[in-house]
Amino acid sequence: MSAGIGTGLGLTVRGLTTLFDTPRGMALAVADVDLDVGPGEMVGLVGESGSGKSVTLRSIMGLIQTPGHVTGKVEWGGRDLVAMPAEELRRIRGSEIAMIFQEPMTALNPVLPVGLQLEENLVAHTRLNARERRARALELMNIVGIPAAERRLNEYPHQFSGGMRQRAMIAIALACSPKLLLADEPTTALDVTIQDQILKLLLDLRDRLAMSVVLVTHDLGVIAGTCDRMAVMYAGRIVEMGTVIDVFRQPRHPYTRGLLGSVPRAGAVRTMLSSIEGTPPGLTDLPAGCAFHPRCSFATDICRQERPPLQSLGADRKVACFHHDRVAAAEAIL
Amino acid sequence: MQNIGSGSLPLFSFVLRRILQMIPTVVFILVVTFVLVRLLPGDPASAMLGDRAIDADVERINASLGLDKPIPVQFLYFVKNVFTGDLGTSIALKLPVTTIIMQRLPVTLMLTLMAALLALILAVPLAFLAALKREQTADAVIRGTFQVGLSMPVFYVGILMLTVFGATLKWFPVGGYGDTFADRLYHLFLPALTLAFSFSAVLMRNLRSSIIGVINAEYVDFARAKGLRPRIIMTRHVLRNALISTVTLFGLQIGTLFGGAVITETVFAVPGAGRLMIDSIYGRDYPVLQGLTIALAVLVSLTFLATDIFQAWLDPRVAR
Repeated sequence: MSAGIGTGLGLTVRGLTTLFDTPRGMALAVADVDLDVGPGEMVGLVGESGSGKSVTLRSIMGLIQTPGHVTGKVEWGGRDLVAMPAEELRRIRGSEIAMIFQEPMTALNPVLPVGLQLEENLVAHTRLNARERRARALELMNIVGIPAAERRLNEYPHQFSGGMRQRAMIAIALACSPKLLLADEPTTALDVTIQDQILKLLLDLRDRLAMSVVLVTHDLGVIAGTCDRMAVMYAGRIVEMGTVIDVFRQPRHPYTRGLLGSVPRAGAVRTMLSSIEGTPPGLTDLPAGCAFHPRCSFATDICRQERPPLQSLGADRKVACFHHDRVAAAEAIL
Repeated sequence: MQNIGSGSLPLFSFVLRRILQMIPTVVFILVVTFVLVRLLPGDPASAMLGDRAIDADVERINASLGLDKPIPVQFLYFVKNVFTGDLGTSIALKLPVTTIIMQRLPVTLMLTLMAALLALILAVPLAFLAALKREQTADAVIRGTFQVGLSMPVFYVGILMLTVFGATLKWFPVGGYGDTFADRLYHLFLPALTLAFSFSAVLMRNLRSSIIGVINAEYVDFARAKGLRPRIIMTRHVLRNALISTVTLFGLQIGTLFGGAVITETVFAVPGAGRLMIDSIYGRDYPVLQGLTIALAVLVSLTFLATDIFQAWLDPRVAR
């Protein structure tokens, strides 16, 4: 539920828009995104590559640099992160809100020991002394399930396996007990078995630390297994939103329907997997009307001329499609 | 507390391996110098005795220098002498070569060290500024200035410095070498700056592009996401990683710096090893030339050793 609005709890994003000034023109990477994440809630953000889901996370975190430009509101604890002075934002980053990245091999500094990369987080946000920091580092390594923590803290990222590296990055992100974790495709670079372990770890941590999580992924299976609510992004906009159960049971946007149709399922009647024709549009040159219409089998004239607004369908369900009734009524794809 | 992580052990064995690798390098240096000196036209005996030498005298001198022995035997004597610190006697100065080099080399070392330091002091902050203000005015001005520095020959920059800061403004002496340490710093400042000028241009360009590469790395984003202070992000995460490639370049350029010292010492009349080398070339002082070549070659390979160790310390993946 959108428990965050006005209460100062959780994250409230309103009209978040991120533009990049590129040589080929203005690229609209994120357009008018509204998102609420309540305390302890796990929200999934799903879409193809280039749909703006990673940029959304980075915009929330204030990591966008020139030539990028962020407007809109990101409310956290009653404060607007977008309008906040750099130093104030720095104190929130890493302590109240933490972020983990897709590829721990590139997100961890290759020339510094993992222990140092963890402890510098504590140096930046706490008054712990060296001994207390070491103790906290050991505790975190245990929490994320890295054995032989004492030795591993002195090792470098290249000495870790892929799964252990991701655990190390999570330990670093959790150092100051954040209330919100932004996870940018945390399992994409991992083997399937390791993926499962990391997702279980995230769920477990969410429960133990009462932390909210925004999980960005292109993998619907990951969303289904972990999240409470989900938002589907296409060409920088949220096109459908709702509880995971509702969206999976009855997708109301043709793009969501297409995404669901392209996932194989165990136990279902074996049919051909459907795929979405075409490729996502370039962000500097979005089609007029609905950005999805060139790939959409439901599209009519209005879709080519007007952009469908994101409209509410009941308490916690939103969709941006003129033909959501037809989509919902279409033959079940599952 | 177990502080010695597995991080420091590979570094130790790397340093050991790297020192052992210097043995063939030194042997190679000795062979090349030995052969080169014997390939030079003319022979030491005639150089000592002049044009009117008679064969008997030449043979007598050759025998006293061991030059009548077979080449391999001569080489073994040569190696034995080098390792006992006996590099022969200067023909022109009639002094042991080791003594002369020990007098002159420290001057060049100090000059080179000062030049390297000045180059770093100039290059690191300016590279940062240029990288952060990429494609803006500051970047263009910095790169333009260094481009000029890079394209002017050392002797010309030296003469320019002499004319402006020495002769006209009289801020610095026009030549020579002081007696006290402070006096020497003062005397060597202009020559060191001359050397540093083009050296810092090379370093700055390399470091600038390396910083630009690192600053967009994901671990820098992660460091920012951790809420680290900007100063820590810039030094620990950006500069340290960007320096890795620059350190290699720095080491490789030290040899060039010694070469530049030869010219600079001549322009500024500094009594260093570079001047000595020029003098001994003109004077056909083979023993001095041979000794200097060996000393400089060993010095350069020691610099390579130091940069390799520093690089391994910066980047633990090197020492793996």
